Amino acid sequence: MSMLSVKDLHVHYGVIEALKGVSIDVNEGEIVSLIGANGAGKTTMLQAISGIVKKSSGDIEFLGQSIYKTNPKNIVAAGLTQVPEGRRIFTGLSVYENLMMGAFLRKDKKGIEEDLQKVYKQFPILEQRINQDASTLSGGEQQMLAMGRALMAKPKLMLLDEPSMGLAPILVKEIFSIIKEINAQGTTVLLVEQNAKMALSIAHRAYVLETGKIVLSGTGEELINSPEIQKAYLGG
Amino acid sequence: MIQFLQQMINGLSLGSIYALIALGYTMVYGIIKLINFAHGDVYMLGAFVAFYATTFFHLNFFVALVVAMVLCGVLGVVIERIAYKPLRHATRITALITAMGVSYVLEYTTQYFAGSEVKTFPTDLLDNTAFSFGGVRITMMQIYIFVITIVLMIILTYIVNKTKMGRAMRAVSVDEDAAKLMGINVDTTISFTFFLGSCLAGVAGVLVGVYYNSINPLMGMTPGLKAFIAAVFGGIGNIPGAMIGGLFIGIAETLVTAYGSSLYKDAIVYVILILVLILKPDGLLGKNVKEKV
Repeated sequence: MSMLSVKDLHVHYGVIEALKGVSIDVNEGEIVSLIGANGAGKTTMLQAISGIVKKSSGDIEFLGQSIYKTNPKNIVAAGLTQVPEGRRIFTGLSVYENLMMGAFLRKDKKGIEEDLQKVYKQFPILEQRINQDASTLSGGEQQMLAMGRALMAKPKLMLLDEPSMGLAPILVKEIFSIIKEINAQGTTVLLVEQNAKMALSIAHRAYVLETGKIVLSGTGEELINSPEIQKAYLGG
Repeated sequence: MIQFLQQMINGLSLGSIYALIALGYTMVYGIIKLINFAHGDVYMLGAFVAFYATTFFHLNFFVALVVAMVLCGVLGVVIERIAYKPLRHATRITALITAMGVSYVLEYTTQYFAGSEVKTFPTDLLDNTAFSFGGVRITMMQIYIFVITIVLMIILTYIVNKTKMGRAMRAVSVDEDAAKLMGINVDTTISFTFFLGSCLAGVAGVLVGVYYNSINPLMGMTPGLKAFIAAVFGGIGNIPGAMIGGLFIGIAETLVTAYGSSLYKDAIVYVILILVLILKPDGLLGKNVKEKV
């Protein structure tokens, strides 16, 4: 079943058309990667799905319901959360407070506590730094915090925008293996990445976005072996 | 020494009031990066609401205080919705000029309806016994000011640090879009911030009105500016900073009046502003956060 279905989505920034009719599908249980160069429209795509940027036309369905006109709050409430580009953690708030921001809309105290323990298990470093100001964390720790924060919303679908940005290769590997674990625990993932190799290696399916249009799609394996991708994105 | 202690008491009373006003400036700045120049006029309206509540409706001081607080809070929300919300993504100067416009609207609308003459509160409103501690005189009114200010600051600190709404306020002030991604309703959060800040300004207005027993529609201009300077002194956007800044400005002004000349009491505040801007533009507790990428 298609969990998220984006149909012919157009987004304009003033006169510039950032998305020129993009259609993608994300099925339940999948990791879907959206790769593309800088300025291809990847972040715009996620911001449009989350309801942060204004859409010009098209439709977005999540769990069979149109969320094209839904506000960001109700999109989160429906089970779709985003780990934004550049982590965007709340500096000045403690690690614990940041995590609790993720659970902002939830009222089930018991469930929140359980999920908090799960997040600590997934990211032991966060538990050690629970009372620290989030701005004191390293880049990798901040990425983990941003992911932990998103998990606290108990999402059905998690959007991840450039989780590898600015991280050392060893950390990139760790982050990607965590994404796989999160997926294995039942969260569907839509991943946006410039690091095409890593993104394709963990993806069930992938789309290639170029200047606002999907130019290629297939399974992760198909794309990794495709000559065009090799040439354009994998330096092969 | 006794005179010094006496002046400290007087300075603290005045400073508490500046601190209450400064908190509103700093919270609003923290969340939408706007210097709300109409804030001093909300303070003025607090005094007027209490004036009418006590003279026309013969309400007790504390009831009048609560009425003024709530009405000012609501007024703050209305101002934000009508004047600032449509400009939220406009340039900052546009919103700033609008704030000045709102300030004039409030001042002259009040003047139209209430008249420009100075009004005084009923004299029997509060028990104003003075106590003497080894020659240092402290009035009941000053005790009320301290207690009310301290209680409000504790409540505010609790709301901001311990409640969900307070956490949302801080999250929105750090990153509005990221806050939206958490499901926070940014508009409600901003309204709530204006409500809190304006409540405090309303209370400050009532306290000043009763303390100096003189109110007029333009009374908000100078204290508004001084409270703004107090907020800058403490580090704009920083809540403890506004409290410290308010007290500091109040004490500085009182000491200059007592030991120098009352001619310089306004000047000293602006001198402090200039020094802060030269020596520590972020203010006393202002933070210069560098983003990690």
